[in-house]
Amino acid sequence: MNTTPRQRVGWGAANVIVVLVAAIPVLWLVSLSFKDPSTITDGSFYPHNWTFANYRGIFDQPLFTHALVNSIAIALISTFLGVALGAMAAYAIARLDFPGKRLLVASALLIAMFPAISLVNPMFNLWRTLGIFDTWVGLIIPYMTFSLPLSIYTLSAFFREIPWELERAAALDGATPLQAFRRVIIPLAAPGVFTTAILVFLYCWNDFVFAISLTSTNNARTVPAALAFFTGASQFEQPTGSIAAAAVVITIPVIIVVLLFQRRIVAGLTAGAVKG
Amino acid sequence: MAEIVLDHVTKRFPDGALAVDDVNLTIADGEFVILVGPSGCGKSTTLNMIAGLEDISDGELRIGGEVANQKSPRDRDIGMVFQNYALYPHMTVRENMAFSLKLAKADKATIDERVNWAAGILDLTDHLERKPGQLSGGQRQRVAMGRVIVRTPNAFLMDEPLSNLDAKLRVQMRTEVSRLQKRLNTTTVYVTHDQVEAMTLGDRVAVMRGGVIQQVGPPEELYDRPANLFVAGFIGSPAMNFLPATVKSDTVSSPFGDLRLPDARRRRLQASGGGERTVIIGIRPEHFEDAELVGDKRDQGTVFKATVDLLESLGSDKYAYFTVKSERASAQHLEELAADAGGVETTTEDGVQVTARLDSASKAKEDQELELWLDLRRVHVFDPESGENLTVDTVEGGDEAEKPVEKPVEKPVEKAAEDAPAKP
Repeated sequence: MNTTPRQRVGWGAANVIVVLVAAIPVLWLVSLSFKDPSTITDGSFYPHNWTFANYRGIFDQPLFTHALVNSIAIALISTFLGVALGAMAAYAIARLDFPGKRLLVASALLIAMFPAISLVNPMFNLWRTLGIFDTWVGLIIPYMTFSLPLSIYTLSAFFREIPWELERAAALDGATPLQAFRRVIIPLAAPGVFTTAILVFLYCWNDFVFAISLTSTNNARTVPAALAFFTGASQFEQPTGSIAAAAVVITIPVIIVVLLFQRRIVAGLTAGAVKG
Repeated sequence: MAEIVLDHVTKRFPDGALAVDDVNLTIADGEFVILVGPSGCGKSTTLNMIAGLEDISDGELRIGGEVANQKSPRDRDIGMVFQNYALYPHMTVRENMAFSLKLAKADKATIDERVNWAAGILDLTDHLERKPGQLSGGQRQRVAMGRVIVRTPNAFLMDEPLSNLDAKLRVQMRTEVSRLQKRLNTTTVYVTHDQVEAMTLGDRVAVMRGGVIQQVGPPEELYDRPANLFVAGFIGSPAMNFLPATVKSDTVSSPFGDLRLPDARRRRLQASGGGERTVIIGIRPEHFEDAELVGDKRDQGTVFKATVDLLESLGSDKYAYFTVKSERASAQHLEELAADAGGVETTTEDGVQVTARLDSASKAKEDQELELWLDLRRVHVFDPESGENLTVDTVEGGDEAEKPVEKPVEKPVEKAAEDAPAKP
């Protein structure tokens, strides 16, 4: 399609505005994280006194280091379980006709649509009674619940694209169903599994609602929740710099993942959209 | 290597549809049997039941003397070539072919030896390290066959293996399949909807219709002595001409005049029922001839005149299309064949179009009247209700007296290709 110079300028300007609107808060956060406490409120976008004190500070606080460990571990475990269970469910949905299949798919969709916030209160009480309040398990369970629909949907779209004949060929080649799944299906579905894992990981990593409601100590508090509990060097000091630094630290993995795998992520979100 | 026996095998799908109905077929060790029929006739389902990919609802399947109904595909030791090849896209050609041997825990030297042997036969040696995605259609097809032959299974099953290839390659691969099967002498069941493949490849052909085997026999036999209208119409290209006719005491009154069939045919026709009745006559295109070129066979046929609507010269033969004043022959079998052919209508407003294959020496011209000769020894008479052939003994190997001297099925092209050295 040919574009006139006017159209190009117009679109260019629109893009610049969108990028600025999206990027300014993030850049501001980065800028705050490099300011020393005395210049935090100077209103300048660019830090005049560069300092790494905020970053050094947060890594000295057990609040942050514990939260970081919790975040990484909980997100990884939830992702692993969510994708493993999701892969099995998705495989069954893509390959088999069983009674209740439509119901299963529909209820998975329903769960994905369910507002998490409305579950928090009953879960708070339930978790305390069960004794899993403020534990890793207590967070892994809701993360799995809410990420399973996502992984079932994306993975079944990927599985559907693998021709059934391949499994039949493997069976005739002498493979057991498990060998066929492991040596033929999984290698072919690997991009799909990987994409799903990334999406599920991001969901768990970014969650705030469950993390703030179902934890109370460093035992299981993840970074998004821990940010709210930062204190300044003294009681009378705002912990703005530390919070900014912590926010930047937990954003970095997300940015790296998205930059490296953006194509895959888009493929995962639109998998099955065109065909099947 | 093994004999495969289908003993009253039936397949009923959960929704109640009867896909395969009481099939009895014995495929001898080393034999090449073709299952042919229009789509939905149950031929692929039959193949899948042999492979173990579909359960058998009723009856017994024996492979090499052992009942195999409950055996999983991997325990049947059968190789299968799929219509879309089903190559493992993430493996190289070598890995694809070695997969079954690896699963069988063969040692590396054996695997290499077998794979290299198969690649040599199939002309794939230069492509062993490539992925299927980098190969042409014909090469992929050969890899699919290579994957099957590396481990010398009990039997080869092929499910329309050539249907994804273009016409030229299909003919070439057809001869390769034939040569490979002869060389390895492995029991082979081959499914196709293409009657040309069926005629050229098989030792025996089984024609299926609606889950029921209509007739089993060597290709020539199906061609010369079709058991019913369906087989007669399905086998042969261009197809047999069908016209309605009436049987009177000892002649058949047809659009070509009153036909006096040879004694053997007439006796059988009379034995099948007396009195005046409506029948369908079937005549293959090559059993017409330009009356001028017939010579001393003339008194074995009948002569009539027709105006040639269209003439196609193929060099070796000429196809003359002419119209005879008649109703269209109607029977259930013919409706099904027409549906399978895509509903191509052979009637015009003046009557029914008839195809005749004439000698290339014929001087026939379009829009001119031509005197045509019809070989009465080859006229088939069918019952319109049951479709049954009333004039020939269709029992396998029977009816020796009427066996034609020359073979109407032309296979010289295939034979020549078989003898030729492998293409580089």
